[in-house]
Amino acid sequence: MTTVTDQATRQETAASSAQVPPAIELRGISKAFGPVQANKNISIKVARGSIHGIVGENGAGKSTLMSILYGFYKADAGEVYINGKRTDIPDSLAAIRAGIGMVFQHFKLVENFTVLENVILGAEDSALLGPSRRRARGVLKQLASDFELEVEPDALIEELSVGHQQRVEILKALYREADILILDEPTGVLTPSEADHLFRILRGLKEQGKTIILITHKLREIMDVTDEVSVMRRGEMVATRKTADTSPTELAELMVGRKVLLRVEKTKAQPGDEVLRVEGLRLVDAQGVERLRKIGFNLRAGEILGIAGVAGNGQSELLEVLAGLREAEGKAWLRGAPLPLSGPECNGQARRAARIAHVPEDRHRRGLVLPFHAWENTALGYHNDPRYNPSPWRMDGAAIVADTAAKMERFDVRPPNPQLPAEGFSGGNQQKIVLAREIEYGPDLLLVGQPTRGVDIGAIEFIHQRLIQLRDAGAAILLVSVELDEILSLSDRILVMFDGRIMGERMADATDAKELGLMMAGMTET
Amino acid sequence: MDLATLAQVLDSTLRLATPLLFACLAGLISERAGVFDIGLEGKILAAAFLAAAIAYVSGNVWLGVLAGIAVSVFMSLIHGVASITFRGNQLISGVAINFLAAGLTVVIAQNWFQQGGRTPSLTGDARMPTIDLPFAEALADVPVIGPIYGIFSGHAPLVYLAFLCVPATWFLLFRTRFGLRLRAVGENPAAVDTAGVSVIGLRFGAVAICGVLCGLAGAYLSTGLSAGFVKDMSAGRGYIALAAMIFAKWRPWHAMGAVLLFGLLEAVANRFQSIEVFGLALPVQVMQALPYILTVVILAGFVGRAIPPRAGGSPYVKEH
Repeated sequence: MTTVTDQATRQETAASSAQVPPAIELRGISKAFGPVQANKNISIKVARGSIHGIVGENGAGKSTLMSILYGFYKADAGEVYINGKRTDIPDSLAAIRAGIGMVFQHFKLVENFTVLENVILGAEDSALLGPSRRRARGVLKQLASDFELEVEPDALIEELSVGHQQRVEILKALYREADILILDEPTGVLTPSEADHLFRILRGLKEQGKTIILITHKLREIMDVTDEVSVMRRGEMVATRKTADTSPTELAELMVGRKVLLRVEKTKAQPGDEVLRVEGLRLVDAQGVERLRKIGFNLRAGEILGIAGVAGNGQSELLEVLAGLREAEGKAWLRGAPLPLSGPECNGQARRAARIAHVPEDRHRRGLVLPFHAWENTALGYHNDPRYNPSPWRMDGAAIVADTAAKMERFDVRPPNPQLPAEGFSGGNQQKIVLAREIEYGPDLLLVGQPTRGVDIGAIEFIHQRLIQLRDAGAAILLVSVELDEILSLSDRILVMFDGRIMGERMADATDAKELGLMMAGMTET
Repeated sequence: MDLATLAQVLDSTLRLATPLLFACLAGLISERAGVFDIGLEGKILAAAFLAAAIAYVSGNVWLGVLAGIAVSVFMSLIHGVASITFRGNQLISGVAINFLAAGLTVVIAQNWFQQGGRTPSLTGDARMPTIDLPFAEALADVPVIGPIYGIFSGHAPLVYLAFLCVPATWFLLFRTRFGLRLRAVGENPAAVDTAGVSVIGLRFGAVAICGVLCGLAGAYLSTGLSAGFVKDMSAGRGYIALAAMIFAKWRPWHAMGAVLLFGLLEAVANRFQSIEVFGLALPVQVMQALPYILTVVILAGFVGRAIPPRAGGSPYVKEH
């Protein structure tokens, strides 16, 4: 029964889409920032009532294109047609009037306003707020029941979970009666179950005739939820495919411009002696909130232990404590010898001396000094190395530069120029500089946080291979990542953290995203 | 202290609190919109001078008040152009306005009136009149109620206006569309921008209102509280207003409480040349220093954590 109706509807949509103009049509959009051509002659059609995915590496120009559509930037050339009508979008107001709503990756919400205030901001009915508030309350109730978009109207934004904050962004767009909804990397901050809920919402909106553009780098989501997908590479639109007619492998190839391995190729781990043991690790932050609640685990040589979890559940703190950046209570042993978790012996220098290397989660804030040259950044933390210091009062810059050039060569950093400031490299190459620095010293234990955040697919592949090589060379690796796919493909063993606790441990080959997702959401083991 | 003295002190408290209240609300509105304004002091001073000068020349205090407002708004717009349009540093722009006002007022006053950088004393219609509330005279002899009513009666119109500005500001901020947007632009301008509302327009609006209120503060200072302009007569009131604003955590009603406290201290210092505390005579200077000492104490954060508007002090740069 259902299949018949489904088919009927599909035929109907197919038939009507022949006459109905596309919800959005871009013709020949170009935009340059100085010498950088962010968008080159881009044309795309998005059918009304469809979910259209746009994929591409970082810097491929997806966000620029959407910013043009939302009136943030003015295109140098090209035309925008909304529902077949040529439309100028000089600012956000014009975009809103044209029926476009945008959910940014970084939410544009006023944190200490209520949900209701955020929704009506800029879309008030009159000079006094009272009537707008009353009307919005009713509309929100309606939207909540229509689209599973329940949010407490009087809650403050800062009290809401990230998933709920995102709902407020969607509600903002719907309250403005948007017909076209653009979502920029919407699932980056969500748990798997929250993401599933979001996709249910999006499908519901589609059924109501709304058009949705989904920008993401997660190919699995594209395959799950979109009808059509367009691929961008280096500012150009390289392909548009029916989702049903393509595959993640093909999309990845189109994005990178060459063949890429989506699965990491690795042999089974050969765990050796125990390198790290942690017991009763507890951390209370300055606000008195318990961030780590009696954490205990062990890590052996030649294995990768993945820590899965939604951002903000204590993984960052765990890394910082082990790297000697924060003091905590509890006990830890490195190769059987006590590892101080507080006091003067607990610092980054002592940790490095103990052959613990650290690739921080935030490479801009902690991993690199952005205005410094690449060669200076390569020496940071290892600047006391006798090779760089031929005598106590002289540092041998030339030796560091030569060393850096060699490391850049081995890690395929582009451009391989040690004299370039760190901020002059792309995200992926910056990360390779950090990795080269930490890995090349041959650590016994590598602490690595978000190794591929903001890194292109091609570089991801390279970084993953390097981590596996380091493991096979006998190092112990503690991997913290919010990307569940990354955890699953790299780790040999997985711990899931929720609210400062370890929810459970799984062998990577005996679990899946669904099980881990439930644990990440705080569901206790069944 | 007898009842009559107390009534006198409270009466003077209201008058002394008035310029502070205008300035405090001015700063509050500006900072709520994300524009720090350390130039309140300079605007008060410039307004005080021009109000007195124009009132003296024209013989009409209200022309003076208008002139005070005009110069203060003009200086606000300079601050706006520097810090909103050209994204300059808000503190530096504010400090520049303070220096500008401190120097120019004296120089121009000397050039116009040749009285050592002051305006001649204001008399008659050049001085701000006072309003007696209804029945003030009839009630004057009634015990208790008479003196209390008397505290509130017989002030200049601007005193009443200042206190009316408190509920008005509250209403503007929390009950109107403009207020919602203004508060939003001080917390997260990107939210306002993506909602299709002009960040720059809103901030200029707030800065202009700030100018009007500072103008009123200055005009009252030289034509109501005193009878003429003298060099540096704002005497740090702009900074005290900022302290009161932080003390009040950027809330209008609390701001009124804070400036009344400062006004009271000043009134006490003016009324009692020396006070004996536990047999120790405190010299008058200690009393006069009290509002400033309290300012330091408040700014040092002894009043608990005050969280300023989150986008305060930073110009808005579009990014996606």
